[in-house]
Amino acid sequence: MINELGKRSALAWHDAAVELSGRTIFSHVSLDIEVGSFVAVLGPNGVGKSTLVKTALGLLPLAHGSVSVFGDRPEVARPSVGYLPQRHHFDAGVRISGRDLVRLGLDGDRWGMPLPFATKFSSRARAAEAQVDAVLEQVSALSYANRSIGECSGGEQQRLLIAQALVRRPRLLVLDEPLDSLDLPNQAAVAELIATICKEREVTVLLVAHDVNPILSHLDQVIYLAHGGALAGTPAKVITSENLSRLYDTPVDVLSTSTGRLVVVGQPDAHGGHGGHHH
Amino acid sequence: MWSYPYLRHALIAGSIVAIVASVLGWVMVLRRESFLGHTLAIVSFPGAGVALALGLPPQLGYYGATLLAALVAGRRPSKGKSFDPFRDATTGTVQAVALAAGLIAISASQSFIDSTTSLLFGSFLGITTTDVIVIGLVGALALSITALMARPLILATFDATTAEAAGLPVTLLSAAYVFVLALVVASTAQITGALLVFALLVMPATIAERLVTRLWVSAVVAIGVALAIVWIGIACSFFAPVLPLGFSITSVGMVLFLTASVFAMRPAAKASVVTS
Repeated sequence: MINELGKRSALAWHDAAVELSGRTIFSHVSLDIEVGSFVAVLGPNGVGKSTLVKTALGLLPLAHGSVSVFGDRPEVARPSVGYLPQRHHFDAGVRISGRDLVRLGLDGDRWGMPLPFATKFSSRARAAEAQVDAVLEQVSALSYANRSIGECSGGEQQRLLIAQALVRRPRLLVLDEPLDSLDLPNQAAVAELIATICKEREVTVLLVAHDVNPILSHLDQVIYLAHGGALAGTPAKVITSENLSRLYDTPVDVLSTSTGRLVVVGQPDAHGGHGGHHH
Repeated sequence: MWSYPYLRHALIAGSIVAIVASVLGWVMVLRRESFLGHTLAIVSFPGAGVALALGLPPQLGYYGATLLAALVAGRRPSKGKSFDPFRDATTGTVQAVALAAGLIAISASQSFIDSTTSLLFGSFLGITTTDVIVIGLVGALALSITALMARPLILATFDATTAEAAGLPVTLLSAAYVFVLALVVASTAQITGALLVFALLVMPATIAERLVTRLWVSAVVAIGVALAIVWIGIACSFFAPVLPLGFSITSVGMVLFLTASVFAMRPAAKASVVTS
């Protein structure tokens, strides 16, 4: 699908609105994400970032407006989309290996059960194994893929989950707060991995974050979400005191630290309060 | 040994139950719903007791009670609520009420006092040809349904959100699974007794977990372990008739569990630590 700028559109919302339990989460949102770009969805907690991306996956219906993924409805475009939902850490008791989890990402939705020794007599099974190996290598998780996932560290688990989202070679990768529970070195490493996948494999990436700093240097576009609508553009253009003040209709300051990190102060949270928020 | 018909029945029914219970139990352990499984087993006791007291075939009681309990206690929290704080309390209440009801049913009909032991702890002597056929049919149904939905069910177990995003009917899968579990528990209770169903439901899966890490392979190992438990258990109760069948099966399971746990603690079994 070509948008009015002549660029190929991966994901587009047009005057979209979502209502949950009678409450309007957001309305009048019109956004266009170009194929191959790395885009972050930002905003205070509770503003509806996860809700927005869920509409692109067909998990939530729109109360108004439309959303298209590669020109199709989200349900139709499903096979082209890899999704990494917001989730908690797998606790130590979870008894599945990373490799098995990735394999489930590949064919977990196929009815039936895997047959024993399938790789011995089925070229399709061998191809599937090869595909799983390939994506595990891509995220550098081969060395711990056979270990029980509950025993892996946070960074290792995220890599395995990214592998699971990538195994079907999606054209769009949607990640909901993937860096949330990671320490700083891991945040940087995983952000780097995602950026590499985006550029080398031409995968469009939509990433929900509550802290833009780990991914700032890799971003093509940011979408800043507020109750009344959204602001989209390059980070330099969007994340300014002026623009955010206008978006939230209240004084917001964007400060730059000596190390280049951005701090947003005065941004209201979704429930009407005011708070400082690291950005 | 083979010339005794009741023993033949026990071995055949026991083997079928071993295969079916270990498979459903393997899924149940992955879903961390062992408490539910145990509850379904407990309710089969009043089910069978009431059926006997009314002069009905005990099968009706076993299957009827577990399916009814599945409807009540097997309810998943509705979409949007990720945690139902009353789930365990509901399940526990059902267990308590069931045991009390069973006791009342049994004591209301004096002649069935003896059946308390066999209903709770299993016995050779109750297994007729009809029982074997019913267990066989129920087992075939249970395995077919489970085989058909194996992959989506496991995906939904570990990752309900991804499963939903892939268009899978997660609630329907859960409901189908609980239905099949109820059937299998009712069959198993006829062999091991209502209190010791976990010996074939939970133990083979937990033993397999300690021996292998690969997902589907552990299911096959669980089946093998369950068959071993049943055959050795039946042999024990045959040669020492004072031991109820459920007791023998559970004891064998316990020994295998301890062996597997020791095996899993070997230094070579610990994975080397890899920094991410």
